[in-house]
Amino acid sequence: MKKIILGLALLLMIFQSCDSNKKASDAPKSKSISDLSIYHLPSKWTNQDGKDIQMKNMKGKVLVMVMIYTSCKSACPRLVADMRNIESRLPKDTKNVEFVLISIDPKVDTPERLKAFAKENQMEGDQWTFLRSSEDNTREFAAVLAVNYKKISPMDFSHSNIISVFNNVGELTYQQEGLNVNADETVQKIIEEAQKS
Amino acid sequence: MLKRTIYMSLFSMFIAASLWAQNSKMVLVKKGAYVPLYGTVDKKPVTVNEFQLDIYPVTNAQFQDFLKKNPEYSKAKIKGIFADKSYLSHWESDFSYGKNNLSNAPVTNVSWFVAKKYCECQGKRLPTLDEWEYAAMADEKRTDARTKESYTKYILSWYEKSKTYANPVGQTFKNYWGVYDMHGLVWEWTSDFNSIFLSGESRKDKDTDKNLFCGSGSVNATDLMNYAAFMRYAFRGSLKAKYTTRNLGFRCAKDFK
Repeated sequence: MKKIILGLALLLMIFQSCDSNKKASDAPKSKSISDLSIYHLPSKWTNQDGKDIQMKNMKGKVLVMVMIYTSCKSACPRLVADMRNIESRLPKDTKNVEFVLISIDPKVDTPERLKAFAKENQMEGDQWTFLRSSEDNTREFAAVLAVNYKKISPMDFSHSNIISVFNNVGELTYQQEGLNVNADETVQKIIEEAQKS
Repeated sequence: MLKRTIYMSLFSMFIAASLWAQNSKMVLVKKGAYVPLYGTVDKKPVTVNEFQLDIYPVTNAQFQDFLKKNPEYSKAKIKGIFADKSYLSHWESDFSYGKNNLSNAPVTNVSWFVAKKYCECQGKRLPTLDEWEYAAMADEKRTDARTKESYTKYILSWYEKSKTYANPVGQTFKNYWGVYDMHGLVWEWTSDFNSIFLSGESRKDKDTDKNLFCGSGSVNATDLMNYAAFMRYAFRGSLKAKYTTRNLGFRCAKDFK
């Protein structure tokens, strides 16, 4: 009897030791999802309509992603312009491509603010998604995109200017670095990936 | 009888809990401010709030325990997005660091994702870059020994030594806060390692580089101190979250409540 209780107590300890270890196994188990897919990320995000989503909810779509913050005055407007430019260059009949803008300033960039930003920048179509999450999740997602950022004053961040393309199973397939760069290759890559969908 | 079994189970839980606690002793690092090498506008001091920090880096034995409880992070099961191919490559097998590694040597060849997860599973987190740098500028006696030439020389001489990663934890010096091995053993992950710019995206950072590389011929204590810090920042700046290298480990931190 004693031994059983002791065993139970120890077992309890083991199960309690890490309550977050369930998260990783929540990831989709489908075989078509490779090791390198962002669908494995358990983080939860909120879009400009206040709806909660996870990366795996965008499964089946080619994702074009960039990290910005809406109060940014210097680089982001150009990054956003680059995104719009890329979007406008895709053939009209291109399907299954989602443009995703992720905030690195989740405190300021509430869903309402993201919605307003989308409107100001004429990015209100279904193909535009704006996301925010906790600072921790944002830091982690930036790590996945190899985007570096730092808050350098109460108002400003410095951040990498990288536009990333993910294929329809969530693998990073192409990155465009810099501002106002020639986007030919990026556009080509998106079209290629979209045709596979 | 029932009373006894309750006592017994309470006792065993107590033992287990204290063993667990022993795995990861922490000390308090008091609030203060420091001027980091990079990342502030106008070189203003950054305030670091009171926090708790592990006394030692996480060891092979501790990490082995973690893997047994969280097998999805073992070499065989880890997802490629979370760690590159050299993840735990010096270990003998999936769940054993083997005979060639000391149980109390720091675990290395771990990615940022896994280090972060490890700390979360202990109810902790990785220290921020500022917290790490702040705690690491203390020598045995002072909270900020950066301007002491012998201190900076010690750090720089370690950067030249090879294979210190195979040493046990706790054999360098105990600093003012009661923390060991901030220098002299392994490099360590920080939560916001990806907040560094050395590629010239921020003009302010670039100026610092210019000062370092194109400064005047004389090298004073401040230059040496900056040089040592520059090495760490440059190293962090070169990392990606899934990278694993033999000389890079980690320890955990916690908010002070």
